[in-house]
Amino acid sequence: MIDLTVIWAAIIGFAIVAYVVMDGFDLGIGLLFPFFTPGKDRDTAMNSVAPVWDGNETWLVMGGGGLMAAFPLAYAIILPALYAPLIAMLLGLVLRGVAFEFRWRDEAHRKWWDRAFTLGSLVATFAQGVTLGALLQGITIEDRAYAGGWWEWLSPFSMLTGVGLITGYALLGACWLNWKTEGTLQRQAAAFARRLGGFLLAVIGMVSLATLMLEPSYYARWLTFPGVLATAQVPLASVIVMFMFYRSLSRGKDAQPFFWALAMFGLCLVGLGISIWPNVIPARVSIWEAAAPHSSQVFMLVGAGLLLPVILAYTGWAYWVFRGKVGSEGYH
Amino acid sequence: MTALELARIQFAFTVSFHFLFPAFSIGLASFLAVLEALWLKTGKGVYANLYRYWLKIFAVVFAMGVVSGIVMSYQFGTNWSVFSDKAGPVIGPLMAYEVLTAFFLEAGFLGVMLFGINKVGTRLHFVATLAVAAGTFVSAFWILSVNSWMQTPAGYEIAANGQFVPGDSWLDIIFNPSFPYRLVHTVLAAYLTTAFAVGGVGAWHLLKDRANPGARKMFSMAMWMAAIVAPIQIFAGDMHGLNTLEHQPVKVMAMEGHYDSHPDGAPLILFGIPNSEEKRIDYPIEIPKASSLILKHELDAPLEGLDTVPDEDEPPVGIVFWAFRIMVGLGFAMAGLGLWSLFARVRGRVYDWKPLHRAALVMGPSGFIAVLAGWAVTEVGRQPFTVYGLLRTAQSASPLDAPAVAASLLAFVAVYFIVFGMGIWYLLRLMKRPPEAHEAGLDGAPIRSAGVTPASALVEGEPA
Repeated sequence: MIDLTVIWAAIIGFAIVAYVVMDGFDLGIGLLFPFFTPGKDRDTAMNSVAPVWDGNETWLVMGGGGLMAAFPLAYAIILPALYAPLIAMLLGLVLRGVAFEFRWRDEAHRKWWDRAFTLGSLVATFAQGVTLGALLQGITIEDRAYAGGWWEWLSPFSMLTGVGLITGYALLGACWLNWKTEGTLQRQAAAFARRLGGFLLAVIGMVSLATLMLEPSYYARWLTFPGVLATAQVPLASVIVMFMFYRSLSRGKDAQPFFWALAMFGLCLVGLGISIWPNVIPARVSIWEAAAPHSSQVFMLVGAGLLLPVILAYTGWAYWVFRGKVGSEGYH
Repeated sequence: MTALELARIQFAFTVSFHFLFPAFSIGLASFLAVLEALWLKTGKGVYANLYRYWLKIFAVVFAMGVVSGIVMSYQFGTNWSVFSDKAGPVIGPLMAYEVLTAFFLEAGFLGVMLFGINKVGTRLHFVATLAVAAGTFVSAFWILSVNSWMQTPAGYEIAANGQFVPGDSWLDIIFNPSFPYRLVHTVLAAYLTTAFAVGGVGAWHLLKDRANPGARKMFSMAMWMAAIVAPIQIFAGDMHGLNTLEHQPVKVMAMEGHYDSHPDGAPLILFGIPNSEEKRIDYPIEIPKASSLILKHELDAPLEGLDTVPDEDEPPVGIVFWAFRIMVGLGFAMAGLGLWSLFARVRGRVYDWKPLHRAALVMGPSGFIAVLAGWAVTEVGRQPFTVYGLLRTAQSASPLDAPAVAASLLAFVAVYFIVFGMGIWYLLRLMKRPPEAHEAGLDGAPIRSAGVTPASALVEGEPA
């Protein structure tokens, strides 16, 4: 019989991947924003994501809401455990989300909303990275509830994952702009991408090595023979992907570097999956322990099975409508 | 203050701010769909201009609704984790359906609705507007189902680990006893909120220039809504109240201010000051037996009071009592303005009767106040439970230290007042500008991509 819990873990995993793929670059644009020339370049950078950012962020709601629905125990433990970073992330998303609209409504304070856009993106990205690090390093649980303090998430490792995600999203943002814009902005974006790629690889290496030391189960999962023959493919593939990334960049390709950067993220997520599986709270609570009852799983699966393909179709259409290079015309 | 009190304040604060935006955007999305339909059907430029005028306002409202809504979807877990663990198997799937059927729909088509008319043409653009409008309604459907389940839980079983789990049928959960009434009452409230906001803006511009065609059209449309929907809403509210009497009588006792039982006909207390120490209403102005007449349709029908309820199961009477009166008072004022506008139409003075316009201007924000008051009645009236009668609020909160909750509350208050304060100011600025004959689209819109020819003829006010 098919295990619905595994299917739901896959769906939540998919939502997280979709979120990182889609919101990563638009948060990244926020991170790079202060480096762009005020005026046409900034407007263009903003416009390249204005029609899609809202849909991108919906995957975060899908991840959070889906977690509550499919793994309520995990939702109830993780959210209080990561209280401070999650509240910071939400406030960051508030700031950057309204900046998309407000900067056009208030020319006198546009500079401020541009700063809010960057600050919000920075806080949200860092908080997401910290969240990941805090989950990996393990949280204190007693009797179906979080039992640590409100600073347990703070550690050198979670700071490192925070910085790592900032690097990663900034790279995605740079690659997106390299794809969607022209002229000086594109050249500037490509230069950022070149610098950030190597830096990201270094951070990923550091996070990976540190992760192995966190929990014996991670170490065993990655480095026990014969499993190591399979797991060793991940770092190997990362090096190849990074090579292809730089090659496409140096050949002046528009879209390819973005997809190679996404592939890099994909490999990181595969790596995470290897470390975590089959737990929903790493090294603590398995997906089966946290799963919602069968009836809840079935009821939601009907909806998800029917609707996710439709959602992906019209999301794809929305991206298609705004395909090609973004102009900066149409401002008053 | 305890972590629990702080968490309650935080939820009340974030949800109150949030609720203002969807209450507006549900109505506004439908209004925009109607405007675009009228434009496509009649080809009259006034509709296209009004569409573009309100679209700019909609974009700002919607953005604030989205970002404050993301906060809500995480607030359940951050501050109410025990509630989430226990109720998650039942309400989680409903919220997942909200994301799948509504949030993605709104967000997916919003970009095209705001920026895409030159890229996809008018027909597809109209489809996008309809999709966004449908999304706002579907979203209300699911989240009100969740809220109603917390008020009148049904179709559940309690598992060994203490979780509420679904029983035999999901239909019993979704269509729990208070849901149909709450859905109708809340969606009508959203329409009225929008109608009065639009009417207030129209009135403001009519007071300055009674010849402005956009102002005339929006004022007239809003007043038709007021005249038709406000009376329906009073009826729907009454039905909702009777449903509450059946399933949550204690809430009704608090709304009515009935501290004491009345075995032979309860009075309708119009005004008074609830005194929770002495458990009585001070200085009451009341109509004898009228409460029994309204609630039981019989003058001498007995009505039980809060004296039959243990103290620890009582909601805070004062808030519920006052909020209820504010909501009902505004409801009747809305119906009154609707009637006045009908009278003005008969006299042929809808567009030049200044007292009517001044009254409509004053009533502009009435919907927002009524919606918040109504929300307070139903949510505070549910206390001291999160799942009515089954799970106490005090047993629902996350295991957090008070300083953590206090710090996040302060952060929310600071960010919300700055961000949404500025946002509301921008809305008022947009509304202050009169609708023009050649209303511009969204400035800052990404108009053109390589390889796509802008059909700029489409935005000149004529359909293709």
